[in-house]
Amino acid sequence: MSMPQTHDQDPSTNVLSEQRTLAVQCRGVIKEFGSGQARIRVLRGIDLDIFAGETTFLVGPSGCGKTTLISVIAGLLRPNEGTVSLFGEMTSQMRGGALVHFRAINLGFVFQQFNLLPALNAAENAAVPLVVQGMSLSKAVRKASELLERLEMGKHKNKYPNQLSGGQQQRIAVARALVHNPRLVICDEPTASLDAQTGHAVMEMLQELASAPDRAVIIVTHDSRIYSFADRIATMSDGQITSVKTKQESQLTSDGNH
Amino acid sequence: MFLKNRIMLQIGVVINILTEPGSTSNMWRIALKMLFNDQAKYIGLVIGVAFSTLLINQQMGIFLGLLSRAGALIDDVPEANIWVMDPGVKNLDTVFPLRDTELSRVRGVEGVQWAVPYFKAMATVRTQTGQLESALLVGADDQSMVGIPSVFVLGSAEDLRKPDAVAVNEDGFGKVWRGEKISLGNTVELNDRRAVVVAIIKDSPKFTSSITFYTRYSQALAYTNNGRNQLSFVLVRTSPDYTEKQVTENINAQTGLMALSSSEFRAKAVQYVIDNTGIPVSFGTVIALGIIVGVCVVGLMFNLFVLENLKHFAVLKAIGTSNFRLIGMVALQASVVGFVGYGTGLGAAAMFFEFAGRNPNFAGFFLPWQIAIASGGVAAAIIALASIVALRRVLFIEPAIVFRG
Repeated sequence: MSMPQTHDQDPSTNVLSEQRTLAVQCRGVIKEFGSGQARIRVLRGIDLDIFAGETTFLVGPSGCGKTTLISVIAGLLRPNEGTVSLFGEMTSQMRGGALVHFRAINLGFVFQQFNLLPALNAAENAAVPLVVQGMSLSKAVRKASELLERLEMGKHKNKYPNQLSGGQQQRIAVARALVHNPRLVICDEPTASLDAQTGHAVMEMLQELASAPDRAVIIVTHDSRIYSFADRIATMSDGQITSVKTKQESQLTSDGNH
Repeated sequence: MFLKNRIMLQIGVVINILTEPGSTSNMWRIALKMLFNDQAKYIGLVIGVAFSTLLINQQMGIFLGLLSRAGALIDDVPEANIWVMDPGVKNLDTVFPLRDTELSRVRGVEGVQWAVPYFKAMATVRTQTGQLESALLVGADDQSMVGIPSVFVLGSAEDLRKPDAVAVNEDGFGKVWRGEKISLGNTVELNDRRAVVVAIIKDSPKFTSSITFYTRYSQALAYTNNGRNQLSFVLVRTSPDYTEKQVTENINAQTGLMALSSSEFRAKAVQYVIDNTGIPVSFGTVIALGIIVGVCVVGLMFNLFVLENLKHFAVLKAIGTSNFRLIGMVALQASVVGFVGYGTGLGAAAMFFEFAGRNPNFAGFFLPWQIAIASGGVAAAIIALASIVALRRVLFIEPAIVFRG
C-alpha cells in the first residue's frame, strides 16, 4: 500500500491550503451511461480533492451527478475516463477482488433508505462489515453492540429494523458504516428520511465519530438544515464541480446574497 | 484438455470461496437468516419442491405397483420357472386354452424336471349382500398344489383337497363378506355352484380383480365347465442340468407351443400393459406436470425472493462481499430449500404408501428406493434451474443501486 499523499494546494479552489492528507483525489473523471445515440455523459471531467479530517458536503440539484460521483469514488461504478485515488491508492485501476477487499476495509456507507437487512437485528446489522471481513458473527456482534452503546442504542440492539423508528434505523446504519473503522465514510442523503431533530442528532454523531484526523466523510445532501456540519461544500451542476468552498466561505456568500 | 481446464477452474472457484475473507460459516448464517426471515416465501418454496417430489414418488410408485400387478400370478408361483402357453398369448388375462394332452407332451421334453397344469379364468361370485362380483379363479395341480401362493393366513393347502373347497385371498374375503372378520367355513356361489372357504391366502394384488379364489385344477374345471380344452398354462420346472433357455427352446421346438421363462412372461405381461393402455401416458403426464409446476412455482418464488432481497445483496456487495461469497449464499439458500422440500415431499410420499397400503385397492403399491433417489435428482434440477436466473441477477447486480432511493 503506498503512502497517503499530502496536498498543499486545492486545485478546485486555487486556494493555498495547509498540508493535509488527501483522502480522495478525482482527476478528469468522466462517466457515461448507455450506448450509441442514447449515451449520456453524467460526469463531465470531475477534478475534486477531499481531505482527511474533514466533512465534505456534495450538493447540487437533482440529476447533476452527485450519486454517480460518490458511486465512482466508492468504486461501485468504474469511470469511463479519468482516475480516482483513495488515500493514495489508485482505486479506479483496481480490479475484482482487490477492489472488493479495499472497499471492505476502507469504506463505510450510510444510505438514504438505511438499507438494513430485515432478517438481522440491530447489532447483527451493525456487525455485517466485520463479518464480511472474516470476523465471527458472535465476536462481530459483541463489537457492534459496544458501538451501539456509545450511540445510545444499546437497549435496541436486539430489535429488528421493522421494530425501530427511522431515526433509530439510521443510527444503526451509521454504526454499520463505522464499526470497522473505515477511512472514508460516504453518506447519501443521511437525513432525508428523518425529521429535523433526528437529522441533527445523526449528523452530530457522524461528525463526532467519523471526522477523526485520519478519516474523511462525504455527504451528499439536499438538506440545507445540516450545512452547518460541513467543513467544505462542493457544489455540482450538470456533471461538473462548479465550486468548492469552506463553510466560512459559503456563509459569506450566503450573507452577501442576502 | 478443455474438460481438464474446466475442472481446474471449478476447483479454483471452490478454493476461492473457501479461502477468501469471511469464508467461515458466518456469511452463510446471514444467508440462512435472510431465507428464514421471509417465512411465507420460504414455506412456499419448500411446498413447491415438496409437491413435485411427492407427485413424482406417489405417481411413480402407483405406476410401478400397477405394472407389477400385471405379473402378479407369475410372482405367486415361484416354484415354476417356465410357463408354457398358446403362441397367441400376450398377457396373463387373455388365455387361449390348450388341449389336456399338451401337458404330457411338455412333460416329455428334454430338460423338464416336472410340469403341472394351471387353470385360470374369470368367474362370477355372489357376495353376502347378493351383489355379483367378478372374481379370478385359479386351479392348481391336484397333487402338488403348485400354483397356490405359499402364504396362508388361515387354513392350509391340504384343506383344499376337501370337496368344494376353495381358498380366497385376504383382500377378496373383505369384498365378498364386507365387514366380516376373516374366518373359515363360509360358503359362496361361484359360477352358480357351491364353494366352501377352507383357507385364506395372502397373495400379490392383481391388475383386473381384487377377489381371487384358489382351488384344485379338477375342482376349477367343475366350476367353469367350459368344454374340452381348459388348460390355461403348463407350469414347468427345469431339470438342474438344463438352463431355462435350453428348455424353453426345446418346448417351443417339440410342441409348437410358446414357452417363456417366468421373467420373460412377466416382462411380456408388463409390456402389454404399457403398449395397450393409456396408463403410462396418464401417469407420465401427471409426473411431467408435477415437474413443470415445481420448476415454475419454485423458479418464480425463488426469483421473487432474490428480487426482493436484491437491494440487500447489493448492500452486501457494496460493503465488500465478493461475487463468490454471494454465489455461495444464494446456492446455500437454494440448497436448504431443496433439501427441506425434498425431505418433506419424500416423507409425505412414504406416509401415503404406508397409510394407503392398508386399503386393499392400494395393496402392493410401494415407494422404490430408485425412484426416491431419482426424485432427489429432479428436486436438485428444479432448484438448479430456479437458482440459475436468481444467481445471474445477484452476480450482475450493480452495487451502485444502493444509492437509489
